[in-house]
Amino acid sequence: MKNENLYKYILGIADNSLILGQRLGELTGHGPSLETDIACTNISLDLFGQVRSYYQYAAKIAGDNRTEDDIAMLRKEREYVNVLLVEQPNTNFAYTIARQFLFDVYHFLFLTQLEKSKDLTLSAIATKSLKEVSYHQRFSTDWLKRLGDGTAESKEKMQEAIDGLWTYTDELFHQTEADKAMVSEGVGVDVTKLKEAYYEKVEAVLKEATLTVPESKWFQKGGKQGIHTEHLGYLLSDLQYMQRTYPNMEW
Amino acid sequence: MSTKNWPLWEVFVRSKNGLEHRHCGSLHAADEEMALENARDVYTRRSEGVSIWVVESKHITASNPENNGEMFEPAQDKVYRHPTFYDLPDEVKHM
Repeated sequence: MKNENLYKYILGIADNSLILGQRLGELTGHGPSLETDIACTNISLDLFGQVRSYYQYAAKIAGDNRTEDDIAMLRKEREYVNVLLVEQPNTNFAYTIARQFLFDVYHFLFLTQLEKSKDLTLSAIATKSLKEVSYHQRFSTDWLKRLGDGTAESKEKMQEAIDGLWTYTDELFHQTEADKAMVSEGVGVDVTKLKEAYYEKVEAVLKEATLTVPESKWFQKGGKQGIHTEHLGYLLSDLQYMQRTYPNMEW
Repeated sequence: MSTKNWPLWEVFVRSKNGLEHRHCGSLHAADEEMALENARDVYTRRSEGVSIWVVESKHITASNPENNGEMFEPAQDKVYRHPTFYDLPDEVKHM
């Protein structure tokens, strides 16, 4: 492939949204209330919409016969390069909100920079996605504050979720070789430069939510290299079931 | 479902600038901010609106259907209260 780095770079962005969108989609009909159920699945649909634009672009760059669906549905687990954070399960609503919040803050900062990319397609996708993502961030931030600064029980569960997912935050700022190549061409975002603003924002919201900022300095990594937690396989078997069982099916 | 403690809110959506807000349904929420966000997600996701009002249902005073007789029926035989006895020039539209 001629533009292999760009292809990999796009997947690195899109896989995060695909896997998180699938996680949120699992809440369809299972959200804690009708209203939050619809809110989470709306976010899921926003993310899937963004994912389509990325994968269509990636398919074009690949230049062979592969389609956006092939990229989304037919890769093996090790070929997905999403961060570990987004594949973590909906353990309870506090985990769903913590995962969303920890990703949204990053996603917003990332897209704000991607908008300045020399690659006009990526820049256009970023512009379109930013409005959606600022609402996602508003939603997850509000809920984080509600639950953190809520009852003793909601606070305990919210703190537990933040503590549990904190170990996956550092990976957001790791770079692959493809990332570095794209940054040097002015196409990619240098995520290492987002780290400070990210933790500043996250910590400010946690404080407002009367939660404690975790102190652990030990962080998990591997997703960007295709080495995932045990949760991703189950998610993919759900996601890929139809295409694997009825190859090339369309509706 | 654990919304039994959340109060009920009525949602009014304005579909276009210049039009009035219209009642479109109700939902549950803990406070006005959550009610607005829920209304956005439940009632405007197919771009139905440009503005939302929410009001807690308990603040609405409604007429009692049992009193419909005295409330509304006396108006039914008073056609002279409608301006239907004027000849309108053809140039006047939208009356």
